[in-house]
Amino acid sequence: MTPPRLELTGIAAGYADLPVLQDISLTIGPGEFVSILGPSGAGKSTLFRLLTGALKPARGEILFDGRPLDTGSSPFAFMPQRDALMPWRRIIDNTTLGLEVQGISRHQARKRVEPLFDEFGLSGFERHYPSALSGGMRQRAALLRTVVQNRPMLLLDEPFGALDALTRAGMHRWLENMWMRHQWTAMLVTHDVREAVHLSDRIYVLSPRPAAIIEVVDIPLPRPRVRTGVAGAEAARIETAILDTLLSPYEGQSS
Amino acid sequence: MLMQFYRGLPALIAITLLLLGWEAYARLSGISPTVLPAPYRVIEQAWIYRQPLWENTLPTIRATVFGFACSLTVAFLLSVLVDFFNPLRQALFPIFIISQTLPLVAIAPLVVLWFGFGLAPKILLVALVTFFPMLVALTQGYQSTEEEFEQLLASMGAPKWKRFLLARLPSALPYFFAGLRISITYAVVGAIFAEYAGAAKGLGIYILNAKNNFRPDLVLAAVLVSAVLTLILFGLTLLIQRLAMPWTRSALGSGR
Ligand SMILES: Nc1ncnc2c1ncn2[C@@H]1O[C@H](COP(=O)(O)OP(=O)(O)O)[C@@H](O)[C@H]1O
Ligand SMILES: [Mg+2]
Repeated sequence: MTPPRLELTGIAAGYADLPVLQDISLTIGPGEFVSILGPSGAGKSTLFRLLTGALKPARGEILFDGRPLDTGSSPFAFMPQRDALMPWRRIIDNTTLGLEVQGISRHQARKRVEPLFDEFGLSGFERHYPSALSGGMRQRAALLRTVVQNRPMLLLDEPFGALDALTRAGMHRWLENMWMRHQWTAMLVTHDVREAVHLSDRIYVLSPRPAAIIEVVDIPLPRPRVRTGVAGAEAARIETAILDTLLSPYEGQSS
Repeated sequence: MLMQFYRGLPALIAITLLLLGWEAYARLSGISPTVLPAPYRVIEQAWIYRQPLWENTLPTIRATVFGFACSLTVAFLLSVLVDFFNPLRQALFPIFIISQTLPLVAIAPLVVLWFGFGLAPKILLVALVTFFPMLVALTQGYQSTEEEFEQLLASMGAPKWKRFLLARLPSALPYFFAGLRISITYAVVGAIFAEYAGAAKGLGIYILNAKNNFRPDLVLAAVLVSAVLTLILFGLTLLIQRLAMPWTRSALGSGR
């Protein structure tokens, strides 16, 4: 087995007197797509706060490529819950935000993102303000802003939570394609079981707060994933099993 | 354009009706024009006295603009300082709040007593009435910054000053302009009050003299001028806001 990129062991964290994460251990290998699936308020965003350094864990260890996180620059490109596009920046300037923060000139940064607009279905909208874009386009712009930072790993916090079901299903296919092409290492946080099953190599299922991992589900289905035939039936079976676990968290709790 | 005209129409009708009612009352009730002059007479006198009115308006504009510029500069610098050092906020805000409770009628003559009849006391009074609203608007604006922007920028490795420039400052713009619109009307009132308390020239002193000469029509003429001045400044802030925040203008704002 290849050494993991990201490894969390026995993480606990919370705010003031509110314990949120209880005992989180997980690993993500290079090029893997891993999802954290849990009910709203379980502490999924909190987990990302630990990774981006906005919050310190009370217990446990976070290793990236075998080293603790706080040495050097962050290996993560983070996509916050909701798209967090700045309304006062044109789409192109939103997508270059990370590069601008790194000190790359605006001209250079634009040159770097411009070729990617087509692939992200955004060409022609470079100079629009975010308010002019549909929900799906905004999410793709936010994702473009995330991936152009060229960090070793992507953190996606409920990227499609605000979209209607149809747009979301389209985005799942699109993202899976992009992931297969670019071989990103990605960690997705979601409360959408179908989304997690469609996109992930492995799913960690969280209990309600204080959250612990109650189940680890490998999804060995072929890609690109389809909803028909044997593979589709298997996906549906896995979805149902996970849903059962989530809806009866106390029976499912092992530790 | 046409839409905006239609939206302004009810206000226009209301004002016209009010003026017509006033005009009718002043003419039909036989009330003396030295008590209540009719609107027509006010406008007529304003036209006849346009030269002295204009000469007295210029100093008021100067005091308003200078005072407001000073207050804006200081309010902005202080808002940034306060945003970076929170204890400063706790130390200073009570003082500013107290400064807002001082009655202008008491302060204006004192300031004139201390600083004379020149521009300085006017600038000071205008600043006094506009500074705190601007500071509060800016501070609230910074605090309105979406948590997600900050977390995003932090994850990109942006230090605090970059987060301020890229997220907090632009987030404050709508608050800033809301504060600006309120303050600019205070500013004109502040300037006139300062002149009223003592000045060589200005709308305030013009009003005082007209009143002492039993010319309420000229008092109202000066009031009309100050109202127009305020409206023009108000319109200017709207214009600047449209230029400074093009993303709010139209959803489909394309082009460079
Ligand atoms: N900054 C904060 N301070 C205090 N409590 C918080 C804060 N952020 C989140 N919480 C609480 O922590 C819990 C988990 O939040 P979060 O990680 O955002 O959940 P999720 O992303 O899984 O919906 C919630 O109960 C929430 O109210
Ligand atoms: Mg969340």
